[in-house]
Parts: sequence; structure tokens; C-alpha cells
Amino acid sequence: MKHIICMHVENKQGVLARIAGLFSGRGYNLESITAGPTSDPSVTRITLACLGDDLIVEQIKKQLNRLIDVIRVTDLTGLPALHRELLLIKVCANPSQRGEIFQVADVFKAQVMDVGHNAMSLELTGATEKIDDFIALLTPYGLVEMARSGLVSLERSRKKEGE
Amino acid sequence: MNRSGAALLVEAMRAEKVEVLFGFPGGVVIPAFDALYGERKIRLVLTRHEQGAVHAADGYARSTGRVGVCLVTSGPGATNTVTGLATANFDSVPLVVITGQVARNMIGNDAFQEADIVGISRSVTKHNYLVSDRKELGRILREAFYIARTGRPGPVLVDIPKDVLTEASEEPLPQAVSIRGYNPIYQGHPVQIRRAAQALERAKRPLFYAGGGINISGGAEQFRELVAHTGVPVISSLMGISTVPSGHPRFLGMLGMHGTYAANMAVQNCDLLFAIGSRFDDRATGNLKQFAPYATVVHVDIDPSSISRNVQVEVPIVADARLFLEDFLAVVKAPSISEWQARTEEWMRAHPLAEVPANGGLSPSRVIRSIAAAFPSAIITTEVGQNQMWTAQYYDFHEARTFLTSGGLGTMGYGFPAAIGAQLGNPGRRVIDIAGDGSIQMNIQELATAVSEQLPVIVAILDNGYLGMVRQWQQAFHEKRYSGVCLGRRVDCPPDCAQPGEGCPPYTPDFVKLAEAYGAVGIRVTDPLEVGPALAHAAKVTDRPVFLDFHISREANVWPMVPAGAGIDQMMSGERE
Repeated sequence: MKHIICMHVENKQGVLARIAGLFSGRGYNLESITAGPTSDPSVTRITLACLGDDLIVEQIKKQLNRLIDVIRVTDLTGLPALHRELLLIKVCANPSQRGEIFQVADVFKAQVMDVGHNAMSLELTGATEKIDDFIALLTPYGLVEMARSGLVSLERSRKKEGE
Repeated sequence: MNRSGAALLVEAMRAEKVEVLFGFPGGVVIPAFDALYGERKIRLVLTRHEQGAVHAADGYARSTGRVGVCLVTSGPGATNTVTGLATANFDSVPLVVITGQVARNMIGNDAFQEADIVGISRSVTKHNYLVSDRKELGRILREAFYIARTGRPGPVLVDIPKDVLTEASEEPLPQAVSIRGYNPIYQGHPVQIRRAAQALERAKRPLFYAGGGINISGGAEQFRELVAHTGVPVISSLMGISTVPSGHPRFLGMLGMHGTYAANMAVQNCDLLFAIGSRFDDRATGNLKQFAPYATVVHVDIDPSSISRNVQVEVPIVADARLFLEDFLAVVKAPSISEWQARTEEWMRAHPLAEVPANGGLSPSRVIRSIAAAFPSAIITTEVGQNQMWTAQYYDFHEARTFLTSGGLGTMGYGFPAAIGAQLGNPGRRVIDIAGDGSIQMNIQELATAVSEQLPVIVAILDNGYLGMVRQWQQAFHEKRYSGVCLGRRVDCPPDCAQPGEGCPPYTPDFVKLAEAYGAVGIRVTDPLEVGPALAHAAKVTDRPVFLDFHISREANVWPMVPAGAGIDQMMSGERE
């Protein structure tokens, strides 16, 4: 099962290497990892998606917690949370196909970022499944290149007082 | 006060009350060695190899409970520490290893003697640092010592560029350490401790499984009290040996691949397995699917990641072993288990460890028993292989922390430098490395260190001319195809030799001459009647190391033995006297 784990870590050199090294060294399955600054410049927030049964994921969380530079580990799996990924995709599009692609983009609320003679580039933000669907629909036109950011996640706020 | 990084390094070591520093100099750490010149409080011990320095610091740390410290140069000096770091990391030994690094503006340029030791050592240290700012040096050194000795102890490496050692700064050494991502839990949860006590009181066939954590935490005394109070039988892991005396009436021995019959049978029949400070290593558990089939498991460990990793645990307790034992003693009541006690006693009586037969050589078990009789309060180190297992089985341990061995990593060449470190930390005691003739050659250069430092370390070589444990496996599972294990082999030996004999070439090296060449004492022992006198002679030597070359039976084996992948009650037993 896929788990989304969010971490606050020290913003120091080599921290990402420690985390990536932990996964490769212990044979854990890392699907995606993203890192970015937080409001505190000394803290980096990392979101990672990993695969494994409950025992493995429990072990992954314990091992992450053992790292001195890891301040906090939160498993967002099963919690109400927002999960988003960014996709940049360049797809083949001769002038006669542009209209169809514009329509697909419109349905997905994707942005057209660049239009060239034989290709166009689009940007889409959304949950992983939505991005997968969008890519599937564009694939028949011929993909030139694409870049996915990996997941970033945020726990949702409580909806009622005392919840 | 304005001072160089090197001067601050020495100041930090003094502040941490470092007594002994194991080191080997090189280009980029000359400023640090310069700062140590004429130093009176810190004894600088020059080993002959950086691996020896780390193992020596490890032996010092394990035997004293203090942080072991090393100082080596960049590049090869740093990479030579890796095996020592991995050894210490596996067995939770507090070390601070300082490596020199090329100057900051050279890092990444493939400079002379440059190695990315922080990258290389990441997975074999508890934590590591590259000091990229002179102002950070004091804080990092303080943190390194703090991280090494607290929580589950472990090695910390600090990589210091040459220009950080020479740069001056006013920055003082900080007094306190605060690391927001590192807050080890020491005190067990009271609810869990009560649950563990209830489980023990209800159990009909409880068993204590003593791990190295009891030794490390200094909790052996409390553990002995708990055993006396409850009467519960005890087994131990390799690292848990010496937590109770080997001859304790409730001690069934070590479990696992070369465990005793009684210990392994007790695990397989107990209804409560109460593990304290142990990792459930695969050499201890055998086939996990068949391990302790009737047992509820209580597991106390300071490292949450050790709990429920290999064996599913019903009552997990994250705690320091000693503090747990203190809390537990206050609440636990003794169970009524006389029937179970009698059963474990019967296993011990009916299946004691047999003496290893002396077929054309000395019996290794008898040699070890003689060492134990001659040196009852010694600190014992071992190498890895048959020498290690025989020592675990036959030496009579009394005091906690007197058995130093590379358990997790299984590092050949550990025992001799570790004995040097232990001797430096315990000047009044005898320290004996029980070695094999293969392992001892892996760090034999440290003879020079022991002679220079005038350390009366005794090395008892159980010499069978083979890499004996591998040979034993080849005998048991590969039809005696003795491939790559004979240490006396010459080019004109038959390529398919399966039998040592009279025509074998002379052995290399001659350990007696070797010891003498270094200025140590060397004694060869081939007759059982010479064992006692040789040990008596060694006991009189107090200013230099002694090599005792015991020629044991060439094809002696360690029994019992559980084949890899089998349940631990499927023990093979071998030849008997």
C-alpha cells in the first residue's frame, strides 16, 4: 500500500542524501520525494511517497525518526489531507490538433503554457490520479517530454471546534 | 579567547574528559597533532593502522562505558576507519572519530588524499558531520560526544577540513547541547511496565532473554537482582553474555546457531519470552517462522526500530534497560514456576556442552577453560569465527562488560586492537584476546602498538591452520571441499585437498618468532601438560604482550549447530570425546 509521509528536517547539507540513502540501503521502495523550504528557514519540509505493507512502513517511519536531522515524521496516510502534484508536459500538436488538446486542457483545468509549430506545453496541478488520467488522454497525440514534481501534501484543518 | 580549530579540538576533548586518543597522523591533520604535542592529560596512542585505532577505541569504550576517541587523516586514513565504524555501529558502541579533510576550497576537486568520508560512512555511523564553518566546530564536537554516548550509543564521525583546523576564532566551546531532532526515550511507559509485570506473573513458562543493552546501560546488577527475585530462567544473546555469571544456576546459556541445547529448547517451549536490550538477530532466532511458537513476547529496547522488526511483540517497551529494570523491580511479583524451572534444569543436566575432542591437537574447549581458571577476572576479547563461539560457550564469565566481541558485523581482526583499548582503559586488569590463527593476522601490526605502550595483553591463538568456521561449514554442508580455507597451503599442494596430514607444509607465520621480532613474548603450546605452565608464565609478564600459540585439533568443530534456515531446536551435534 502507498503511504504518504511528511517530514520536517533540518535545512542542512546532506539531509536528503541521508533519507535517500536509508531507502536504498535498507531496500525500501521510494516512489517520490520532494523537498522545499518552510516559513522557518532552518527547516525543510519533505513529502515522500513509499510503498510497503504496514510492518515495512512502520519500520520506515522508525528509521526516519532515528535520523538526527529529522525533527518530525507524520504519516498522512488515512488522514484528511491535500495531495498535489505538478505536471509539465509537452505534446505533439500540429495546427489541426490544437483545438482538441485545448478542449482536454479545459476539462482538466490545465494551463497552456507554450504553443509551437508542432508541439505545445501544458501545466496541470492535481492529485496523482488526475495527472495520470490527463497524461493518458494526451499520450495518443505523441508525448515529446514531461516532468512531474512528485507529491506535496498538507493535512487538512479541523472542520469543527474540538474535533 | 582566539584559538585555532585544532586548539579547540583539544579543548573539547579535555572538556569531555578524554583520557586516551587513538590516532594515526597524516598531511591534513598535522595541525591537530601539533596541538596535542606535549599534552599531558590526553594519552595519544599511535596505532599502526587506522582500523586498529577504531577497534582499540571500541574496546576502550565497551570495557569502560566511556566514549572512545580516534583521530586520523583524510582519504585512506578515513576510509580505513569504515570497518571499525560499522563494527561499533552494529554493536552500539560510543565512539567519536575525527577525520581530517582537505581544505574547503579543495573539496570536490579530487585533491590528494581526498575522500567523501561523510558520504561513505553515512550508513555505518549513528551520525556524521562535515565541518564547513570554523564557528560551528565547537557545537559539532559537543554534539558528537553527546550523540555518541546517549540513547542507543553509536559512532559519530566528524570530518574537519585542514583550514578549519588552522583558522582562528573567538567562538567558545558551548556548554550545553540541544538537538531538536534527537530526544531519546529513557523511561519506560508505566502502563506498559505494569502490563509486562502482569504477563510475567501470569506466565507458567517465562524466560528472560538478556541482550547487550543490559551490559551497555550498566543494568547488569539490577538484572541479576531481578533474576534472583523472580527465579525466571535466563538465556542470552552473544552480546548479552556476562550480564549474569556463566555459572549462575538459572543461566541456560546463549541461544541461537551455536547456542546451548537448554537455551534453544527453552525458547521453543516458553510461554513468555521477555527480551531486554536485544535485537532478535537472525543468528539468534534461526528460522523466524518457527521461533518461540508458544511465546507472548515482551521486548524492552531503547531503539524503537528494534522492536517488532523481526519478531512480533505483544508488549513493547521503549526504555533504557537499566532504568526499566529499576522500575520493573519495584512492581513485579515472582511467578510460581517450579515445574518450568525443573524442566530447564533437566535440559541443562542432560545436554551440557561437551568438551571438544582433542584429535591430534589440543582441545579448544579445555584450553579456554584453563584460561578461565588461570584468569578468572580477565576482560576477554575475541576475534570472529570458531574462537568466538568457543569462548562464548566455554569461558566462565563473572562480571558484566568483560566480554568484548564483534557480534553484529562479525569483524575478524577486532579482538587484538580491542584488547589493546581495553587494557588502556583498565590498567589493573588482565586482558586476553582469544583469537584464531586466521583472524589474528588481520590486525597483527598492532603488536607494535602493544609493545610500544608496554601493554601486557595476552593473545591466546587457537591455532588450527584453517579459517576454521568456514572449514566447518564446508565439512558440514559442502562434502569437505576445503576451498580457500587452509592457511598453510603452498602452490604444490593438491588443488582438492580435503584432509590435513603429516605431509602438510610448515605453517606461516611462526607466531613465536613473530612475537619475538616485535619484542613480545611468544610461547608455543602443543601438549596439554604445557597449557597450565604457559598460562602461568604469561601471568608473570606485566610489561609486554604475550602470544600463546595453542595448536588445537585441526578439524575441531563448534557444536551444537543449527543449520542456516532451520528452527533453533533443530540442533546438529557432533563428535564427542
